[in-house]
Amino acid sequence: MDDAELLERLLGGDESAFAELVRRYHPTLLKVARYYVTSQASAEDVAQDTWVAVVRGVERFEGRSAFKTWLLRICANRARTNAVKEHRIIPADPTPREPTVASQRFDEGGVWTDPPVPFSDVVEFRNDSAALVAAVREAILTLGEPQQAVVTLRDVEGLSTEEVASLLGLSEGNVRVILHRGRARVRAIVEATTKGTGT
Amino acid sequence: MKLLAPPLVCREAVELMSDYLERSLTRRDRKRLEKHLANCDACSAYLEQMRATIAASGRVEPDDLDPETLEGLVDLYRRFKEEPGK
Repeated sequence: MDDAELLERLLGGDESAFAELVRRYHPTLLKVARYYVTSQASAEDVAQDTWVAVVRGVERFEGRSAFKTWLLRICANRARTNAVKEHRIIPADPTPREPTVASQRFDEGGVWTDPPVPFSDVVEFRNDSAALVAAVREAILTLGEPQQAVVTLRDVEGLSTEEVASLLGLSEGNVRVILHRGRARVRAIVEATTKGTGT
Repeated sequence: MKLLAPPLVCREAVELMSDYLERSLTRRDRKRLEKHLANCDACSAYLEQMRATIAASGRVEPDDLDPETLEGLVDLYRRFKEEPGK
């Protein structure tokens, strides 16, 4: 069932629709909140407050944006307010500007000496596409911030770069840099699980 | 006379892949990367890995929610339904 249908049922007072939306989005709310606030407990408060705001305001939701965008925006606004209260300073671009592939995989001229193998040629992924999804999921969970928030919102939730930038208070250029590094890190971790050589 | 952009080496090409997939490279860099990819199997494999990673990310299901958290939030919803002013 898609979000629009769940929303319709929620407006009709369907408790199970609310539970399904919570199941679907609570973990992402926690990630957005955690990007801003200082502790997991504080992130949980923000996520809970977001659901209260949803229940109170769902009848005023006009559907001009997707439900997901509306929900995440409420969460980001609340988290931002709490971050100010907690005097948390969010660095604009804390991602180090190092090469994303280990230099020892290239020769002096910058040509691969240890070239990658397409994931479609890796036996465990070819035979079981769920195995790649599971490996990617694990890898994303190891990312630090802001990479985890950016990769989750852009690649897992499928928001646009513009939406991610707005939710996290970053420029679109910064989102692209962080996304590049986060994706490269996930790729490297997944690759390392296939051949035991990290990049 | 227009100066030709120097060709990319693999080490530089990998740093452009995400922006290439985001369609945010300048026309000049896109052309340089495509020219490099046309002649480099290893970088094409890297691009495939990146594409597969992104596609798999889109299939990741939400983290499991512990039943207590879910129940607590549903309870909050019930209370609101009973006393909307609260």
